[in-house]
Amino acid sequence: MALALEALDVSKRFGARWALARLSFSLPEGRSLLLTGHNGSGKTTLLRLIATASFPTAGVLKVLGYDSRAQRDALRPLVALVSHASFHYEDLTAAQNLSLTARLLGVAKPSTVVDELLGRLGLRERADSPVRQFSAGMRKRLAIARLLLRAPKVALLDEPFGELDPAGIAQMEALIAELQAQGASVVLATHLVEQGQRLTHERLHLEGGRKAAAA
Amino acid sequence: MTRPSLLGAAWLVLKKDWQIEWRTRARLTALLFFSLATLLLFSFAMGPDVTTLRAHAPGYLWLGLLFASVLSLGESFRVEAENQALTGLVLTPVEPRAIFLGKVLGNASLLFGLSLVLLPVTVALYDVDLGRAPLKLLLVLFLGCLGISAPGTVYSAISANARARDVMLPLLLFPVLVPLLLAAVSATKFTLAPDPQEQLGSWLRLLTAFDLIYLSVGFLLFPKVVEED
Repeated sequence: MALALEALDVSKRFGARWALARLSFSLPEGRSLLLTGHNGSGKTTLLRLIATASFPTAGVLKVLGYDSRAQRDALRPLVALVSHASFHYEDLTAAQNLSLTARLLGVAKPSTVVDELLGRLGLRERADSPVRQFSAGMRKRLAIARLLLRAPKVALLDEPFGELDPAGIAQMEALIAELQAQGASVVLATHLVEQGQRLTHERLHLEGGRKAAAA
Repeated sequence: MTRPSLLGAAWLVLKKDWQIEWRTRARLTALLFFSLATLLLFSFAMGPDVTTLRAHAPGYLWLGLLFASVLSLGESFRVEAENQALTGLVLTPVEPRAIFLGKVLGNASLLFGLSLVLLPVTVALYDVDLGRAPLKLLLVLFLGCLGISAPGTVYSAISANARARDVMLPLLLFPVLVPLLLAAVSATKFTLAPDPQEQLGSWLRLLTAFDLIYLSVGFLLFPKVVEED
């Protein structure tokens, strides 16, 4: 079976500190992974490595069969990351931010698609407000809209439920189910273990950057 | 989905920078007042002698633009560092070279626009004659602004995440810009005053060569600068 993720002795060092140490695991395509662990255990680092925002110091990380460093150009269109950093421009409006991403992705009829997405995420009334004026929850919704502009084969969600209201959480759960129904592998990093386990198939628990048995 | 070409993506990055600039207008105002104050102070310091004022006008015009460029270049990557927007662009994915071209053109157009605003002020304060070779003067200003922006964009990206970025950018940039500034000041001088030995052409060639070298170097290096290891 084809693998969505394959990590072989993956390590990542920041200065003298090893954020990930000789991590090996695999995830078949179409399966979803729950990533758990305490703060600083390496979850965000692992998600950033999979997203090709940074690269392993040692070891090999393959995503959808592509080497994350050597084949990053082919890989990037297939992977989407929703992280703590929203990647948005504070001084542009929600619509301008999404429109920029849509045009860079080559989405047909970007204005229509952006308007639909803003409506779907409950942001249409604030479409012309600069992101600087958005609450944390609204920023998260906008980040989700950004993810929906593409059809990722691997969706990486870093604490996706944080800052969301109950309606937003329900919407996020529906989104995860939708991505899975489209055949995408979802990697979900969260402290809400029960909720995460309900939404995913497999679990990887990290402690000090190493794979560990879940408590 | 058909992704835009390298130039298409560069155009989108440039348009985005213009949108941010227009929306905030804070940087524009700061740049304008900063360079106006520079020209005004130097003209007062020189005194009322018109011959001296005219002789030094090109140097002070370029000093105003150089100081303004530090503000402008630093701000250009501050907006990219906020929310890790630059990482977002790279992951979208946008070819880093398209980001480089877009940012260089954005910074150069801003500086060139500023230089156009400063020209009438230079006439008023330094009594220079813009009518001698106006098109060549515009060419010199454009090449000079492009020449500041090409290495400036690379160094601004390098220093964007540094703690002392406001100090680091001029420290890295100013030594590199010395030949460009010499050429720009000399070329400007020969568009405002007589050029009996026809030296303008050689200074223009030096400006063009500087631009081409640093555009090429930036084009090659920028992916290394914006990609995390």
